[in-house]
Amino acid sequence: MSAALAFHDLTLGYDRHPAVHHLRGEVKAGALMAVVGPNGAGKSTLFKGIVGMLKPFSGGIDLCGLRARDIAYLPQVADIDRTFPISVYDMVAMGLWRDAGLFGGIGRREREKVRAAMSAVGLSGFEERPIGTLSGGQMQRTLFARLLLQDGRVIVLDEPFNAIDAKTAADLCDLVMRWHAEKRTVIAALHDLDLVKSMFPEALLLAREPVAWGATKDVLTVENLLKARRMCEAFDEHAEACAA
Amino acid sequence: MIYDYLIAPFVEFAFMRRALVGTLALALGAGPVGVFLMLRRMSLVGDAMAHAILPGAAIGFLVSGLSLFAMTAGGLIAGFVIALGAGVVARATELKEDASLAAFFLISLAVGVTIVSLKGTNIDLLHFLFGSVLALDDQTLLLIAGITTISVVVLALIYRPLVLECVDPGFLRSVSRAGGPAHIAFLALVVMNLVGGFHALGTLLAVGIMMLPAVIARFWARDVTAMILVAVASGAVSGYAGLLLSFHAGAPSGPAIILVAGVLYAFSVLFGRVGGVLRQLFPGRHLEA
Repeated sequence: MSAALAFHDLTLGYDRHPAVHHLRGEVKAGALMAVVGPNGAGKSTLFKGIVGMLKPFSGGIDLCGLRARDIAYLPQVADIDRTFPISVYDMVAMGLWRDAGLFGGIGRREREKVRAAMSAVGLSGFEERPIGTLSGGQMQRTLFARLLLQDGRVIVLDEPFNAIDAKTAADLCDLVMRWHAEKRTVIAALHDLDLVKSMFPEALLLAREPVAWGATKDVLTVENLLKARRMCEAFDEHAEACAA
Repeated sequence: MIYDYLIAPFVEFAFMRRALVGTLALALGAGPVGVFLMLRRMSLVGDAMAHAILPGAAIGFLVSGLSLFAMTAGGLIAGFVIALGAGVVARATELKEDASLAAFFLISLAVGVTIVSLKGTNIDLLHFLFGSVLALDDQTLLLIAGITTISVVVLALIYRPLVLECVDPGFLRSVSRAGGPAHIAFLALVVMNLVGGFHALGTLLAVGIMMLPAVIARFWARDVTAMILVAVASGAVSGYAGLLLSFHAGAPSGPAIILVAGVLYAFSVLFGRVGGVLRQLFPGRHLEA
């Protein structure tokens, strides 16, 4: 199978400190891959690199022929200003950006698509609600509806199941499996290791440096997890410049 | 009777008509800009920028007296320099954007007042600080109308990225590179509208016709479109009522306009449908679902 994403000795970070250090490897097209690791392991940083929000310090990411717009991205909910006066409908309709862009009109066909996406995540009837009134789970459903509209070949999910109830998580997992069945490439950052083991065939364990990458059962071993924890706690304010 | 009070001043006096046209145009341009400033949590940035414009206009005044072109050009240049300068300092150093803007505008205010006081009279200084809406000439009116036209058109063009960057900047960056340019275009609109407002209301009050209507709108509307409409409407009402107030009571016109906006604001704080005091105290019986 061909690759959807390839990391060429990728180093990403902030203020010269690497948050993802010398990552090499590729994600197969159609893969369903979990990125796991302690807080601060570089999961979100890697995703920001993939969607082009962060320039690599060195190395690069090969989109393997895909354009940036083929990647659909779910940011962490914490990055969203929930007090902004915008309705659920408008929030979901942002997913049409690729078709509508800056000025494109939203016609009857598009409106139909938005309604379909909202009903697919169980949010019919919420169209006019301001996003500030949604619960955590409803907000996450809204963002998944937006992802549905984006119709990305690669879907990057940053902690999609954090702080939501079991029912919502199950519904959203169904969507992820649907994307997988449609041969889309799905990469998700997760903390729930049981969920990773049951749902994701492939996993990348990250602790700034890649600790292990491959079949989930080989990656999520006790030794690997311990190693990841130790590596992650080693931040050095006065680190030397990296020679590699 | 009602006619005498509410309409006659504008029918009888050309300067009142011109002032009305000027303030309506200002309300139409500055209102939406103010709404976005507020939603981007930059309410005080407008205030800072208004002060920053003063030295530019003052240098224009030094060079060629009360010339519309010189003062406008000076104000625009100063505004852009400060906006960009504060942005650069914020990105290049540890200082946050609001702090660097505060530094920049305090210095420019001091420079501006000094220049005007050294070279001009106190009347000139008053004109700079509080404007002269009752003395708008054709050129100035055209300038204000032009600025309003540009800002309505540009806002329509950058509307989507502007909204998206407020709500979900991560998502915007993942789908489009329009965020940065939209932000710069928006800052340019802030400067332009303040310069337009400066001619009518002075540097200190120009920001009033921008921010007060926006804050008022927050108490009445739940979505951006409605907020913009409420802001424009309350700006227009303030302009009209303020001019009448100044005509009948002999109050200075610029402050009268902002005062009316202030009264509307106080009313909104108390009775606003969205989160006003009364609404918080007496929310009514809770609903079934």
